[in-house]
Amino acid sequence: MTRADAFGFLLTFVARLITGAQGHWKGCPPKAEQRIYFANHQSHFDWVLIWAALPRELRASTRPIAARDYWTATPLKHWITREVFHAVYVSRTRTDDEDPLQPLADALTHGDSLAIFPEGTRSNKGEPQPFKSGLYHLAQQFPQVQLIPTWIDNVQRVMPKGEVVPVPILCTVTFGAPLQRVDGEDKGAFLERARSAVIALRPPTT
Amino acid sequence: MNLRALSVSEQVALLFVIVFGVLLAATLAWTLLSLREMPDDSKARHERFGRDLRALWIGAVLFWLSWMSGAIGAVLLFGIVSFLALREFITLMHTRRGDHRGLLIAFFAVLPIQFAIAGGRWFDLLTVFIPVYVFLAIPVISALAGDPQRFLERNAKIQWGIMVCVYGLSHAPALLLLEFSGYDGRGAFLLFFLVVVCACAQIVQEGMSRRFRGVPAARHIDRSFSARGWVIGVAVAGVVGAALYWITPFKPFQAFVLAAVAGGAGTLGELVMRALKRDAGVASWGNARALTGAVGLLDRIAPLAFAAPIFFHLTRWYFRV
Repeated sequence: MTRADAFGFLLTFVARLITGAQGHWKGCPPKAEQRIYFANHQSHFDWVLIWAALPRELRASTRPIAARDYWTATPLKHWITREVFHAVYVSRTRTDDEDPLQPLADALTHGDSLAIFPEGTRSNKGEPQPFKSGLYHLAQQFPQVQLIPTWIDNVQRVMPKGEVVPVPILCTVTFGAPLQRVDGEDKGAFLERARSAVIALRPPTT
Repeated sequence: MNLRALSVSEQVALLFVIVFGVLLAATLAWTLLSLREMPDDSKARHERFGRDLRALWIGAVLFWLSWMSGAIGAVLLFGIVSFLALREFITLMHTRRGDHRGLLIAFFAVLPIQFAIAGGRWFDLLTVFIPVYVFLAIPVISALAGDPQRFLERNAKIQWGIMVCVYGLSHAPALLLLEFSGYDGRGAFLLFFLVVVCACAQIVQEGMSRRFRGVPAARHIDRSFSARGWVIGVAVAGVVGAALYWITPFKPFQAFVLAAVAGGAGTLGELVMRALKRDAGVASWGNARALTGAVGLLDRIAPLAFAAPIFFHLTRWYFRV
């Protein structure tokens, strides 16, 4: 077992201990198919939760997206995102000759699955913000990849924005049915449909 | 066979052999029964019994491990159970942003300190640490977070969680470690005694209330809790306790009284927990529908969490240990 594997193992253990990290596969089985998981984004912990909720054999081929400037800033951050999570790096500053989605497209061409947070930023308003268009372009380019809506529940209570130590509270990750493509649907309608598919997975509040 | 002639460790070993033997027999019977066709309602009952049986197995193994591993192991094991129970409790309470620091203290300071105190056998400190010191610390931290909204309610919830899940449960390893003169190394019996009488009171109370359809004492909280059922449950717990007096340092009558008190406290604690569940809007802490991932641990530990501190205090007070 390499050091990265051991660290990943430890991280899932901690995530399970703190949050339970229960995966509820409501609309699709946890299978090794190529997928894009798109989820609501409330905390830095979100990705770790999805990762811990996935069965072990899917973790290596499911990759998160990391902002290059932030996650390569220190050797430790770089090591974690590169070696443990196999993150796909994207640059937040757009240059003229470069498509920001190119690294994601490369990863998908390579056969990997991705987990993305289409809101682009963390929100704590309860409802997810409108989705950015990246998901739409990827869905167009890779029609064979399944789009799995994902709802992460309770995590804002575990680690509210601005706090660093997580409080132990049970969280769930609910994976929904793959989003169907509709012929001739425009970008706005697609993104709105994707967003409602994520919201629809929210557990009913008691 | 003269039980008293056996050495202490042989007696303890015998206790575990009996416990696991009974569980094994019950599991075998259950497995054989599940091979049979049965109508839906008895099938549901059968499955519920299977779940209870699994919980009993887990409890028995936990009990055995905590005994085998000595003071440190017992404290660690019950500490982990307490952690998981508190996690479940807090999940169902609606905490706010300003509670974050207070919750961190509860999980990562109060809980380990309380169990360390139990492990170190500082029993005087054990009984006052949370009600006296933590009682002040939590609201201070909460006040410093600067959120006045629902202040009392939020703090009360955290304090309650700590009292039930940490304070109550920490008395279980404390019982294992309690030292009577002439009763060395037999703390396992004391905890076993407590668990058995609590379970008896619980089962008899529910069975009686259901069978005689007594008037529910609090209809909106628990339909199966009636005064008559409760009294019978307490009496049976006392009789069972008196019958078990020989594994404890008590005389038969003392064992009867302590068992009745513990059984009564456990069943009342269960009632309180049920009221809490109604308030939180869940049918069972481990409700599969609620999607919180709660596993129903609180349901299992509630009677013990309420009965253990009372049993512990009475024992220490009366026998001056």
